[in-house]
Amino acid sequence: MYHHSHNHGMNDMNPFEDGLAKPYDHKVVIRLLAYSKPYLKELLLSITTIFIYTLANVAQPWIIKSFIDSIGTSTTIQNEGKLIYLSVLFASAIVIGGTTHYIHMISLSILSQKVLFDLRNHIFSHLQILSVSFYDWTGVGRIMSRAQNDVSQLQEFLGISVNGIADLASLIGIVIAMIFLDIKMSLVVLFFIPLLTIIAIIWHRFSWRTFISVRQAISYVNGSLQENISGIRVIQSLNREQHNMKNFEELNSFHLKTNLSSAKLSAGLMPIVEISTSSAIAIILVIGSSALVNGTIELGIVVAFVLYIQKFFDPIRNLTMQYTQLQRSMASGTRIFELLDTPTGILNNQIDKPINELSGQISIKNLHFHYTEGIEVLKGIDVEIKSNETIALVGSTGAGKTTLINLISRFYEPTEGKILFDNNDIKSINLEIFRRDIAIVPQDPFLFSGTIKENIIYNREYLTGIEVVATCELLGLNGFINDLEHKYDTQVEERGGNLSLGQRQLISFARAIIGKPKIIILDEATANIDSITEKLLQNALEKIISSQTAIIIAHRLSTIRKADQIIFLEEGEILERGTHESLISEKGKYHNLVETYFSY
Amino acid sequence: MAMQTLIIKRIAKIAFKSPIQIVTLYASLISNNALNLMIPWLLGVVIDSVLSSGNTRQIFFYSFIIIAISILRGGFAYVQTFLGEYIAQKTAYHLRNSLYAKLQILSFAFHDQNKTGDLMSRCTADVEAIRMFVQTGFLRAGQTILMLIGTYCILLITNWRLGLLTMIVLPIVVARSTIVNLRMRKLWTFIQESTGLMTAVLQENLSGIRVVKAFGAETFERKKFEKITNLVRTSSIAASRIQSSNTVFNIFLFSATTGLILWYGSQEISQQRLSQGELASFIFYLGLVQMPIRMSGWILNSFSRATSAGQRVFLILDTLPPVMDSPNASKISKIKGDVKLNNISFGYTESNNVLSNISLEAKPGEKIALLGGPGSGKTSLVHLLPRFYDVTEGSIEIDRVNIKSVTLESLRENIGLVMQDVFIFSASIAENISYGIPNASIQEIRNASITAQLDKFINSLPNGYQTEIGERGITLSGGQKQRLSIARTLLLNPPILILDDTTSSVDAATENLLQNALEKVMQNRTVFIITNRLNSILEADKIFVLSKGSIVQKGTHKDLISQQGIYRDMYQIQFLDREI
Repeated sequence: MYHHSHNHGMNDMNPFEDGLAKPYDHKVVIRLLAYSKPYLKELLLSITTIFIYTLANVAQPWIIKSFIDSIGTSTTIQNEGKLIYLSVLFASAIVIGGTTHYIHMISLSILSQKVLFDLRNHIFSHLQILSVSFYDWTGVGRIMSRAQNDVSQLQEFLGISVNGIADLASLIGIVIAMIFLDIKMSLVVLFFIPLLTIIAIIWHRFSWRTFISVRQAISYVNGSLQENISGIRVIQSLNREQHNMKNFEELNSFHLKTNLSSAKLSAGLMPIVEISTSSAIAIILVIGSSALVNGTIELGIVVAFVLYIQKFFDPIRNLTMQYTQLQRSMASGTRIFELLDTPTGILNNQIDKPINELSGQISIKNLHFHYTEGIEVLKGIDVEIKSNETIALVGSTGAGKTTLINLISRFYEPTEGKILFDNNDIKSINLEIFRRDIAIVPQDPFLFSGTIKENIIYNREYLTGIEVVATCELLGLNGFINDLEHKYDTQVEERGGNLSLGQRQLISFARAIIGKPKIIILDEATANIDSITEKLLQNALEKIISSQTAIIIAHRLSTIRKADQIIFLEEGEILERGTHESLISEKGKYHNLVETYFSY
Repeated sequence: MAMQTLIIKRIAKIAFKSPIQIVTLYASLISNNALNLMIPWLLGVVIDSVLSSGNTRQIFFYSFIIIAISILRGGFAYVQTFLGEYIAQKTAYHLRNSLYAKLQILSFAFHDQNKTGDLMSRCTADVEAIRMFVQTGFLRAGQTILMLIGTYCILLITNWRLGLLTMIVLPIVVARSTIVNLRMRKLWTFIQESTGLMTAVLQENLSGIRVVKAFGAETFERKKFEKITNLVRTSSIAASRIQSSNTVFNIFLFSATTGLILWYGSQEISQQRLSQGELASFIFYLGLVQMPIRMSGWILNSFSRATSAGQRVFLILDTLPPVMDSPNASKISKIKGDVKLNNISFGYTESNNVLSNISLEAKPGEKIALLGGPGSGKTSLVHLLPRFYDVTEGSIEIDRVNIKSVTLESLRENIGLVMQDVFIFSASIAENISYGIPNASIQEIRNASITAQLDKFINSLPNGYQTEIGERGITLSGGQKQRLSIARTLLLNPPILILDDTTSSVDAATENLLQNALEKVMQNRTVFIITNRLNSILEADKIFVLSKGSIVQKGTHKDLISQQGIYRDMYQIQFLDREI
């Protein structure tokens, strides 16, 4: 499902997201129901009240029947007492019905909102533990479409259920009442149930593909929207607005078209339901009136029957109108559970070693890795890192430096080989301890919305503003932050705008340093910073990392030269390793590189 | 209310674009309801004739009429349902298109301030709310009102006392609905906004998932998200509480009316002012309007929701992009590349200037370097040239023409800007490179990537230029992305080229190759370079050093190296400390 495909563009409308979901999947319904388990109280309340409501509701035509029969055909009221009694009965049926209906709707909507709340949080939690490789293959847009749009579809589904359950219950109640009133006439009405069911099944055969293509079409539309909002800066600078507009319109029209064919299909059920209702009434009229003339039946029964028939077809009409929505919800449910069923990549291993702290010693043994089957990025890497050492990774772009760092950071699992921290397999270390003791400054700094201070403290609520300022002073950042209008309380905007990329890098740096990690990993963390600022940062860093293990990808020779070990990578293999002096005297590739640039 | 009316009017204007459709829709709606209203009357007639004459022969005739009516009604119902869906979908279609078009032309300042997630939520959840309203609100509301009016007319004609009796509840329903609507609207505005926020948090979390993981902040993020979902939950429950109570209240009133009619009807029969058949048809009529009344709570809900959603959608549609073509903007054709900044100032907010009093001139074919620390204003400055933002003071001229007087499209066609952070689209490498010129030939694409030092890498991939990248494809390294971005811009062949720190993640060896290749490309173009690597700008015609938004040094390398200042400090650090 989540494997990437090479499909692209309008001419290839095959699922880039999902296969054809089943039109009705009881597994989806059952799993959805399982979410209501914690709210048994609300569930029971809504079920109990719906029964009472149905009873009260079904009783009404019955009371009307008795009423009409009591009036009789004569011009004088025969028994006033009975009429008063019936009126009171009618009034109480109304009050009881209204109250229970209210309680039912409220408890069901509380139930459904709580279920949605749990579902949303569950999806979110699941997304937090999914591995980075999942995110490599599955873009933000596609996940958003499941976690947002599909959950909203389910919300509609739950809304329908609120009405639907009531409808269904009264359908059953009506059937029972009709049977008690007159068995012959009720058989006529009941005959319509199998008839409508057969029609629905046949109709469904023809239409479910259309309903699913509607779901797919909307995910194309949303995917395109998402990408265009995210990439708007490039689009505008390349003058591509017109072209994209045309593409979007095409997708949007396709969506409209599929929707209209599904509309035709669902509208097609309307006449069938209408004609069934009237036919039932007409038949009852024929049977009823001849019985009336023969005196085998009273007028009240005929009136009650017609009322029941109206009520009988109402829920059926409702279900017909909401079928499309039901279908959408089912497809959405399938997509949501697919997402929830995606195996989580890197979790705490069951055999958690009782480690409280990392010392900073790392061994990497025969490490292999590939993102895509067949394109091996790391081909057997062996590295020994002692505590408090500084390691520099050198090599051209695409040599595998960032990948190596990603594996040490436990973003991916090696395809072969091992990474050991203090002789413990990386997988056996408690993830919380691991994340606490390792800090990474990535290539592209990502900041969250919130203030600069909040971004530096990020997730370590024990830290205070004083420590933030101290860290920034140490790194020489306080100058630019104090120049900002709101200083440390300046709001970070999503992209661009108020902070430059260099400034974002500096903040991302402070965020990593402030937690005093045992191991710090710098992936070209200062690439967009000028040399003077960088020099200041470098000096501060040297003091900090003297008591830390540091793994650094950098361009600057001074940083690299001071490293305890330099590792020269090329095409996923270690070509050379050693200190600056030893590598220079080896006169290999590293030597050539340094020579080239000194004589530049 | 006044605002609500405006919003609904606007939605109606979009929905009711085609008069033929509207006429057809309402014609079938009216016919359907009129036919529907005939049935209880027929039933009453049948009952009376049976009771008075005992004649059953006419029954078949009436039954036939009832079925005939229902066949007609079926047809009308089909038209009505289909057209309703059609109009609603068409409305959503138009809204999406206009939102998309608007978001495309809104300038950077707008996108700086708005979160992708919230914009997405407006395009999806809010558009959906409007669509549902058009379908259910406009249609069902019309149907409900028609049914009510029709029913009351018939009841009044049959027996005006009974008719009046049933109408007692109407003012109560109207008054209550008005109050409920006011409360609902506030609530729905809150819900739609929280939904936007929820989308934004989710979107941000997913975009920054690596950082979340790196800092083990999963629980922290979960709490953040839960706070908002909790808001959505409680406010949604509050909304459905109101909706339910409104629905139940209406049904309650309706049932009470039935009771009243029964009671009073029996009195009327005893006074011989009403026949039994008529009483029965009265009750049937009330049965007929039960569904619309049940729906009224829901309709009101969807009305309140749609106005809240409409407000959010129209807010975007009504935003004027801060940067726009002036009314009499002219096109500029192929320019020479003479760029002049006349004492310009610029700030993202009014109170805080990031650039102040900058003057600068670039002659055609010159190579201009911009240096400075983080936040010194380099990127802001180059973003002013293609008018991603407009200067707040001063003016920018290209070929002696103020850039505000030419069309944005023609201006941007002449300026190629390679941005600092690269955005990759979910498409093949070839499509990504030709993003600005979709009909470029494969040879042109290849030439651009050869210059950008990317051709070798692309050819090493199994699918070559057709390899998918971006959200659905393979991952490129930072340096590879940057070179792709360079290739993308080179393909445009612009007279003015801006390179904004575009080689920061490229290793020195590759950069050296890139540098040599770019030398050729840069000839005959005006080039602006922002970089932290001085070796690539030693030959620049002019170097400008910025600090805190002002030019503090300018000149050639030769000039600047002989002065005390930032440039010499930078140079010394880099000279002593070469990059590899």
